[in-house]
Amino acid sequence: MNEPLLTLKGIDFSYHSLTGEIPALKSITFQVKNGEFLALVGPSGCGKSTLLNIIAKLSEPENGTISFQNPDGSIHYPRIGYMLQHDHLFEWRSVYRNIILGLEIQKKLTSKNKEHVDQLLKDYGLYAFRHKKPSELSGGMRQRAALIRTLSLDPEILLLDEPFSALDYQTRLTVSADICHIIRQSGKTAILITHDLSEAISIADRVLVLSARPASVKAEVNIHLTLADDSPLAARKAPEFGAYFNQLWEELSNEKTKKLNFLHKNPFC
Amino acid sequence: MLKDGTLFSNLGITLCETVLSFLLVILIGILCATLLWYSKSASEILEPYLVILNSLPKSALAPLFIVWLGTGMTTIIVAGISVALFGCIISLYTGFRQVDEEKIKLIYTLGGKKKDVYKKVILPGSIPTILSTMKVNIGLALVGVIIGEFLAARRGLGYLIIYGSQVFQLNLVITSILILCLIAMFLYQCIQQIEHWYKKHL
Repeated sequence: MNEPLLTLKGIDFSYHSLTGEIPALKSITFQVKNGEFLALVGPSGCGKSTLLNIIAKLSEPENGTISFQNPDGSIHYPRIGYMLQHDHLFEWRSVYRNIILGLEIQKKLTSKNKEHVDQLLKDYGLYAFRHKKPSELSGGMRQRAALIRTLSLDPEILLLDEPFSALDYQTRLTVSADICHIIRQSGKTAILITHDLSEAISIADRVLVLSARPASVKAEVNIHLTLADDSPLAARKAPEFGAYFNQLWEELSNEKTKKLNFLHKNPFC
Repeated sequence: MLKDGTLFSNLGITLCETVLSFLLVILIGILCATLLWYSKSASEILEPYLVILNSLPKSALAPLFIVWLGTGMTTIIVAGISVALFGCIISLYTGFRQVDEEKIKLIYTLGGKKKDVYKKVILPGSIPTILSTMKVNIGLALVGVIIGEFLAARRGLGYLIIYGSQVFQLNLVITSILILCLIAMFLYQCIQQIEHWYKKHL
């Protein structure tokens, strides 16, 4: 649990457009420990998704390094599973064929992997629905199917980019509890982006607060809740919950007022 | 004419030419749209030409085709293709580009390459666009074929119309026009059936 799996050091990134350069990330440095659930919060548009893209190797940072230390000592870059805001299940494929999409692309459709997928489907209550169309599933089931699609590739790190934000509040609470439970159970390392502070506190072991653009790590809060039950719903009732919430809210609202002041001073920006 | 069967042979020729040029249009259209999608520089260079060629009245090209290709079936098919092709490429390419960016990102996050994006998202996701393009183009191919037959053919319904008007046999002209209406309806229905089949099997 305690050795770092991924270490980001001094990551810079900026977007280039015809009108100029927009810095998105500025010397981001943090570690992700093996088996940890890390949450990233920050003002909207601060570059959180960009950071995940860099970790997933979809974009290259301008400066800085990402080093990794696999617990088994192997030297491959950790396998990444990425969950996006929407489930993006393809309507022209059945649920099952959507789930094996990743295996299909990576040409890993072995019978062992198929068994693994079947097991995941059974574990998460979608086995009976595997031949249905995605549109016949409920929002929560679709999100679970998307999670199975990600898990089928047996990732070592899960990147979750606001995966619950498209759901309505009630579904969101149950689905986040559901998915959090699945991830905890499998012992995966996960990085969650969210703008919902209570979600971050109830799910994560550690919360990083990012500053407004260009984003840098502004504060780090370790979450220790005195509750034996690890479900996020119970976590919301923990006595420390309110204190953590206020602490994070203060950090974040500082950022928000800074942004507003900046806008007042530079109305044309 | 009904008795000696020449009406049917003329009809058959027009139908055959239309279907052939339609199939070629769809095939070349998908290939070109794929190329444009794959290579950004190709699309940036070729797009203005496509727009010009699309708005050009294609009947102006028909005399050129006659000189280049003679007065055979090839000319007629090429005329049919020329009328439908450029619009087909433009609408298919637009359809390819309208596929959700996030879906494309999903393929990359699953470890896919650009080839996988095309095979798993762009092509299956564009089938509705392809079908609606087909509906438009089957009619346009027929227009092109009739233009070609007006100018160059010795057989076919377009030829019958021109011939009939020249010898003042208007019954021949009107019969041919009515048959053309039926052909247009029939071809459209065929595409419609394909679309129904696709929707049912989705």
